[in-house]
Amino acid sequence: MQLRLEPRALQSRAMRYASPLIAAALTLVMGFILFAALGKNPPAAFYAFFIAPINSVGGLAELFLKASPLVLIALGLAVGFRSNIWNIGAEGQLTLGAIAAGWVALDPAFADSPLLLAAMIVAGILGGMAWAAIPAFLRTRFNANEILVSLMLTYVAQLLVNWLVFGPWRDPQGFNTPQSALFADGALFPILIANTRLNASVLLTLAAVVVSWVFLEKSFLGYKTRVVGLSSAAARYAGFSEKRTVWVGMLAGGAAAGLAGVGEVAGPLGQLLPTISPGYGFTAIIVAFVGRLDPVGIVFAGLLMSLLYLGGDSAQISMGLPAAAAALFQGALLFFLLGADVLVNFRVRVIRAVPLDQPRAAL
Amino acid sequence: MDMVVSVIAATLGAGTPLIFAALGELVAEKSGVLNLGVEGMMLVGAIVAFITMRSTGDLWLGVAVAGVAGALMALLFAFATLTLQANQVAAGLALAIFGAGVSAFIGKGFVGVTLENRADAGLSLPIDIPLLSPLLHSLHPLVYVSWLLFAGVSWFLFRSRAGLVLRAVGESPASAHAVGYPVIRIRYLATLFGGAMAGIGGAYLSLVYAPLWLEGMVAGRGWIALALVVFATWRPARVMLGAYLFGGITIVQYFAQSAGVAFATQFMSMLPYLATIVVLVVISRDVAMIRLNAPVSLGKPFHPGV
Repeated sequence: MQLRLEPRALQSRAMRYASPLIAAALTLVMGFILFAALGKNPPAAFYAFFIAPINSVGGLAELFLKASPLVLIALGLAVGFRSNIWNIGAEGQLTLGAIAAGWVALDPAFADSPLLLAAMIVAGILGGMAWAAIPAFLRTRFNANEILVSLMLTYVAQLLVNWLVFGPWRDPQGFNTPQSALFADGALFPILIANTRLNASVLLTLAAVVVSWVFLEKSFLGYKTRVVGLSSAAARYAGFSEKRTVWVGMLAGGAAAGLAGVGEVAGPLGQLLPTISPGYGFTAIIVAFVGRLDPVGIVFAGLLMSLLYLGGDSAQISMGLPAAAAALFQGALLFFLLGADVLVNFRVRVIRAVPLDQPRAAL
Repeated sequence: MDMVVSVIAATLGAGTPLIFAALGELVAEKSGVLNLGVEGMMLVGAIVAFITMRSTGDLWLGVAVAGVAGALMALLFAFATLTLQANQVAAGLALAIFGAGVSAFIGKGFVGVTLENRADAGLSLPIDIPLLSPLLHSLHPLVYVSWLLFAGVSWFLFRSRAGLVLRAVGESPASAHAVGYPVIRIRYLATLFGGAMAGIGGAYLSLVYAPLWLEGMVAGRGWIALALVVFATWRPARVMLGAYLFGGITIVQYFAQSAGVAFATQFMSMLPYLATIVVLVVISRDVAMIRLNAPVSLGKPFHPGV
C-alpha cells in the first residue's frame, strides 16, 4: 500500500478552513507527548496552559490585551503576505513606533496637551511606516530582498531603543535603571475594565479589523494586491503596478506594527524599556498565516496565540515548565498548518499494490 | 605584531560560523531549496552542542550532535516543503521561529552558563615564520574544518558528477526528473546537509566563540548567512570573502572599545546588520547578474506528478 498525492483541479475550500483545526489538534498531540516526556501530568499541564490563565476577569483582560497587538500587526502583514510581500521586520517597526511615541510623550512641550495621546498615535504609526519604508524603497529601487532587509532593521531598531534607554532618554530619577521616565497619565490609554490592564488600544485593533475586512474584501486596491500576489505577470498585463503593491504591503505592516508599539508603551509598559515587545512582531507572522490572511480568522488566531503566551507564563509558575514552551507551540502550530495545507491543493490517494500473479478483480 | 595576529585571528574566528551556515545553505539553494530557517537551525545546534560539551567535555562530540540536530530541523522543513509541498518562504520562517522556541525550551537551565576555557590550539608549524606561525597556532581547529568544508563544497559542486546533478536539479527539476534523477531525494539530501552545517555553525558560536549559552545568541547570523549567499552570487569562494568581511565588521566594535573610541557600543553593534543591507543593495541592483547566477528553480516547489 502506498500513499500518493494527486493535485486537485481546484483548491478545496473545506480544507482551507479545516487545516488550521487539524494543525491545532496536532499541536495539542505534540504538547501531550512533550508534557508526558517531561514527567508532567498532561491533563494538569493542559489545565495550567489553557484554562487557568483565563478563568477570571483579569485573565480574560490579559488575553485581549496580548491578543490586541498580535491581531493588529497580523492584519497589516496580511496585506503584504496576500501579494507575496514578505515583511518579517514587524518587531522592528513596532519598536520604532514605540520610540516615536515615546519621543512625543517625553517631550515637555506636549506634556499638558489634551492631544498628547493622539499625537503619540500619529507619531507611532509614522515611525513604524518609516521603518517599513526602508525595505520597500530598497526592494522597489534596488531589488533588494525585503525579507532580509526588514529583518536586519529589526536588530538595528532594538539596538536603537537600547541606546536610548541606556543613554539620552534614561530616567534621571531611575537609579541608573535602563528605562525612560514614566509617561504622564495623559500619555496613557484609558483603562477599560477597572483593576485590569485592558486599555482603550484594543478598540483601535477592533477598528482595524473592520477597516481591513473592508479593504481586502470590498475595495479595488485590495483586489489588486491579491491579483499581484497570485500572478505578477497577469497583474502587469492588467496594468497593476507591482511597485505600488510593495509599498502598500510594506507600509500597511509598518503602520500596524507602529500602532501596536504605541499600544505597548502607552499601555502596559507606560515607559520605554530596553525590550518593548516579547516577540509580538514575529508571533504575528504565525497569527497571519493561521488566520488564513483573513481578518476574522486573524482575530481567532490572535486570541489563540495570546492564550499560548499566557499559558506559557502560567505553566512556568504552577508546573515549572519553561515559558519557552509557548514559543515552541507557536512555531509547531505554524509548521503543522503549512503541512496540513497540502490537503488544500492535493488529494491523498491510497494505492494498493496488486500482486502480479493475481488477475485484477473485475471492476 | 601581536595586535595584527589577534585582529586577523579574531576576524577569521568571527567569520567561521557564517562560513558553515552559508556554505550549507549554498548547497541547499543550488538544488533549488530556499531554507530561510538557518537562524533556527543554528540556535538548536548551538544549544545541543553546548549541553553535550558541558556533560561530556568532548568538543567534537558536541559538534557532531549539533550537526545531527541541525539536520533533523532541516528534515522537518524538507518534509513540509518537499513532500507536503508547503511554501518554502513560509516554512522557512516557521523553522526560524520554531528553532528559537525549541532552543529556548531546551536551554532553559543553561542561560548564562559558561564553559571552562579550553585551549584548543591550531596548527604548529615546524619552523617559525613571523605572523604566520603564531596566527596558525592561534586559530581554532574548527576554523581549519571550515576551510576543508570550503574545499569540499567547491570540489563537489563544480568538479564532481554528483554536484553536477545537484545543480541540474536546481536549474531545471523537470528536465532532471525526465532524465531519471530523483529530484525530491536529491533536494532532501541537500537540505539536510544545509541543516547539518547550520547546526555546526551554531555549535561554533556556543562552544568556541562565546563560549556560553544565551537565548537568541545567534543574533541574526543565520539571516546574515542567507544574505551572504546572495552576496556571493552562489559561489563558494565569494562566500568565504563575504564571511571574513563580516567577521571583520563584527570585531571592529571590540577593538574600537579597547582603543578607546568614544562611540556608543549599540551603534558599533549595528554595523554587521547595516553592512548586510548595504551589501544586499549593491549586489541586488544588478538584476541581470542575480538572474544569471541564481538557481532558476530556487524556492519553487516541484511535484513529480503521477
